[in-house]
Amino acid sequence: MIRIELPVSEKDVRKLKVGDEISLHGTIVTARDAAHKLMVEEWPKFVEPLLKNGAIYHCGPVMKKTGKSWKAVAAGPTTSIREEPYEAAVMDHYKVRFIIGKGGMGPKTLKACKDVGAVYLHAIGGAAPLLADTVVRTKAVHLLDELGVPEAFWEFEVDGFKGIVTMDSHGKSLHSALLRKSKKKRDAIIGI
Amino acid sequence: MQKDFLELIRRASCELPADVIRVIKQGRNAEANGSPSRSALDDVIENCDLASRTSRPICQDTGTNIWYVYHPRSVSQMALTRDILAATRKATRLAYLRPNAVDSITGKNSGDNTGPGAPVIHFHEWSRKSLVADLLLKGGGSENVSAQYSLPNGAIGAGRDLEGIRRCVVDAVFNAQGKGCGPGIIGVGVGGDRATSMIEAKEQLFRLVNDKNPDPVLAKLEKTLHAQCNELGIGPMGFGGLTTVMGVKIGARHRLPASFFVSIAYLCWAARRASVSIVGGVATYSQISQQALKYKLPAVAARKGR
Ligand code: SF4
Repeated sequence: MIRIELPVSEKDVRKLKVGDEISLHGTIVTARDAAHKLMVEEWPKFVEPLLKNGAIYHCGPVMKKTGKSWKAVAAGPTTSIREEPYEAAVMDHYKVRFIIGKGGMGPKTLKACKDVGAVYLHAIGGAAPLLADTVVRTKAVHLLDELGVPEAFWEFEVDGFKGIVTMDSHGKSLHSALLRKSKKKRDAIIGI
Repeated sequence: MQKDFLELIRRASCELPADVIRVIKQGRNAEANGSPSRSALDDVIENCDLASRTSRPICQDTGTNIWYVYHPRSVSQMALTRDILAATRKATRLAYLRPNAVDSITGKNSGDNTGPGAPVIHFHEWSRKSLVADLLLKGGGSENVSAQYSLPNGAIGAGRDLEGIRRCVVDAVFNAQGKGCGPGIIGVGVGGDRATSMIEAKEQLFRLVNDKNPDPVLAKLEKTLHAQCNELGIGPMGFGGLTTVMGVKIGARHRLPASFFVSIAYLCWAARRASVSIVGGVATYSQISQQALKYKLPAVAARKGR
């Protein structure tokens, strides 16, 4: 298990390889479909300090409000590939080092990992309370009224958020490797 | 009945059925020591334990809520709908459910999981005195990788026969890769029209994961497909490995001579279902739905009964 403190330098991220198990410590920011669309359309300034050398988490959490503070009740990853059209531009613009989600992403994002110096971290899909319990504090929420709970930008301070690097800055992707392998299998099983 | 329905939602959202956990544990033991897929399934098991101990959703995507309600003649469907909606709103306030119903045109979240088409409720009147409600929470990630084929399909050489059905299922599971939070349970609906074909596929997901289809032809195809989908090697989360699917469940409906649909409903490992039976105001909860009872239950489940 490799321990990473956020924000993190480009140099440190470039050392990571596909297959590395990571534990994250510091601030991660949730952003999913509506947030990504908004970022590439308006390039909001408020996210700049949040994402510089930081992490985007593809997650629409279940949150509970007690008094003035919000607590993450369940916060597992959502499917990342939906952000494929936007992510490369977002990574480049804001200099994001970690994209966290599930299911992996496509060639544009893989190229951005290489160009920008970033990795894709695969969290365990569905492991919502487990991952929520690594959120020690909800630091802030942005555009909650406009986007709703699942789509808002949640700033989470995490301690020991776990995941596996499945795309690295050296052009390697576990997802495309498995796709090739399983395609051969599929063709053999189907008989085409 | 509102309070019984609320408890049903809580159980569905927070407690993974025992038959599913058992199969996940078997899968975990089969994966290689120190592999990412084994550690993924370890986390899944730990997560389910944590969710049930703390009454929190197993997964933050609390999914499409699909209800099947079997009711005696004397009970009003309007009253039942009111109770289900009220329980749904309350469950959202208590964070058993995430606000998960979005206006498709304006993009606005209704905030309480209700709205046109949400939740999904199917009613069946029956001659018994009891009322039974079955609930399935089906996650969006797994819904997005679900698929429908219209046969014949040239790309995979699928004709209108068992061999064609087999090809569709293998192809759909291949296309899903790790994106549906595998290991998945695969519901297959053959025939019907486009809508009822998918409904049949989803009804299959109420079955116990290790039950047996009483139709010998379908039972054989289910077994073959279970093995073949696992041969794809996609594994838990798409990390590679032995357990790509936990089971394949197939049901068939009559079709028009002109049409032949094969629908594949992918259900993620978070296969959240629960059932309640209410007689004389007393609620009894179970993990075995009415749909599941039509099939040959595995020995453990049959002993416990409803
Ligand atoms: S597919 Fe299932 S386990 Fe994965 S995030 Fe969606 S609901 Fe959760």
